Amino acid sequence: MGLDKIWVFGEVAGDDVASITLEMLAAARSLADTVEVFMAGDGDDYAEQLGEHGAETVYSTGDLEGGLQGVAVASAVAAAIASGDVEAPDAFLLGTTQDGRDVAGRLSVKLDTSVITNVVALEVDDTLIGSEPVFGGTVDVKTKNTSGKPGIFLVRPKSFEAAGVGGAEADTEDLEVPDLGAVGAAKVVNSHAEESDGPKLDEAAIVVSGGRGLGAPEAYVMVDDLAKVVGGAPGASRAIVDAGWVPYSYQVGQTGKVVKPTVYIAAGISGATQHLVGMKGSKNIIAINKDPEAPIFAVADLGIVGDVHKVMPKLIEALQSR
Amino acid sequence: MKVVVCVKQIPDPADPGALDPETKTLKRDSKLILDESDSYGVEMALQLVDAAGDGEVHLVSMAPNNEVSGLRTALAMGAASATIVSDDALQGSDALGTAKVLAAAIARQEPDLVLAATESSDGYTGTVPAQIAELLGLPSVTFAKSVAVDGGAAKVQRQTEAGYDEVECPLPALVSVTAGVVEPRYPSFKGIMAAKSKPVDQLDLGALGIDPSQVGWAGGGQEIVSIEAAPAREAGEVIEDEGDAHERIVAFLDDLKVL
Repeated sequence: MGLDKIWVFGEVAGDDVASITLEMLAAARSLADTVEVFMAGDGDDYAEQLGEHGAETVYSTGDLEGGLQGVAVASAVAAAIASGDVEAPDAFLLGTTQDGRDVAGRLSVKLDTSVITNVVALEVDDTLIGSEPVFGGTVDVKTKNTSGKPGIFLVRPKSFEAAGVGGAEADTEDLEVPDLGAVGAAKVVNSHAEESDGPKLDEAAIVVSGGRGLGAPEAYVMVDDLAKVVGGAPGASRAIVDAGWVPYSYQVGQTGKVVKPTVYIAAGISGATQHLVGMKGSKNIIAINKDPEAPIFAVADLGIVGDVHKVMPKLIEALQSR
Repeated sequence: MKVVVCVKQIPDPADPGALDPETKTLKRDSKLILDESDSYGVEMALQLVDAAGDGEVHLVSMAPNNEVSGLRTALAMGAASATIVSDDALQGSDALGTAKVLAAAIARQEPDLVLAATESSDGYTGTVPAQIAELLGLPSVTFAKSVAVDGGAAKVQRQTEAGYDEVECPLPALVSVTAGVVEPRYPSFKGIMAAKSKPVDQLDLGALGIDPSQVGWAGGGQEIVSIEAAPAREAGEVIEDEGDAHERIVAFLDDLKVL
């Protein structure tokens, strides 16, 4: 038995629909008869791509003129439902992103319904059930919304495979943002993108990540060099991001990026729960760490108990000389 | 300037947690400590009040049995006072229930600025700050990596998927901060001694005017249907580096044909 209608929160990366949105559309198609997208910005720009991935209608707010998505999108959705302009869906799916979490939090208050977070799998019983890994992915907890109102589910990136289905361009509808007053007063005055050469961290076939075991910020150059020679992307544990060695955009983990590369190389990373959640889905994991008891070895296909300062330079040299 | 910081007291992460199979809640029978994620908000608040030249930092927390051991750590860092909300009816509260309680406790303080971590280290729903802001009718800027207050407005660098945005927001407002926004201080001996006598207001749901049916299991609106061990990832080979481990890695990569 499926649901009647699911709404997916649409996000944009560059000029395209973000992967997380396409992933959720793939999941939603298998769970509900009708799948629609709600988003900030101009839905006309994305109607073709969203339709190709199975969305029938795109509801969009238009330009927010610097306003943040959380309060604007949540207010617009709640107003449209309250006025009867649109029929409420059975469930909302949003990505575990900055804006996804803002919209989910605000919307849950407006609709007085709970948010089920960190969802990596979905199934339908009499209602939608979300599965969340806890304790570093050793335990799966399944949760359903019992409020009798639409459930809100925050879905982790890379939980589903995006796939086009050749759908026609989606219809577009306006989602009017009501007057927000003081609550909408936060404005973006400037945006900065952190550019990097090589492949993107969450798309690279090989990811090389460094952690506290590198000992000092200067040693991160080994991670960069290895990533470069294998054509991969450099990443980091939360510990060295917090310590300011590399920017947040490098972070792999519960907070930060979820990666599922063909090969993940963890250099000097002990494997805290927070990190494992972000990389356990990698197809092959190589770990280099001094401490034979480090939790990272429990998930590694090849574990090297050794000093990163000895192993990494030899590895880089061996690969460079080929 | 009055800054309220939401702080969570959690089981020590060094002492691995477990779910109680009976109640389906996280076991919280060991001593609770200040969630490290919240130490950044506390430090940020102390620095903002210092920079403003006047004001104080108040802490708000929800925990069973009027637990204050984690709050004392934050008071020792320099916060002036705290509110702890405890009530048996709060067991099983989801993020929205938690936000309703914290919002009611925060409202009593009439703050200029509310700070919170982006997510707790044990529950990591990451939705409570936005929910509190919505309940209080405040603008919010989440995922801050830098916060300054100037001329009655918060100037925030907000992390985005691509980099960061510069966001300006008039006060009162709520800001959630990421780890790394500032380096939390260690409590001094003097601070630890002073913390013991700082005022901690103990409140229950009645004092906050919250109907117990709105929170806890009763108001949760979600139900755990199963708790199962996840399929374990098969551990591979672990070898000791004898000076030639890099050759094993190269061979491993060659086998996968990824180079």
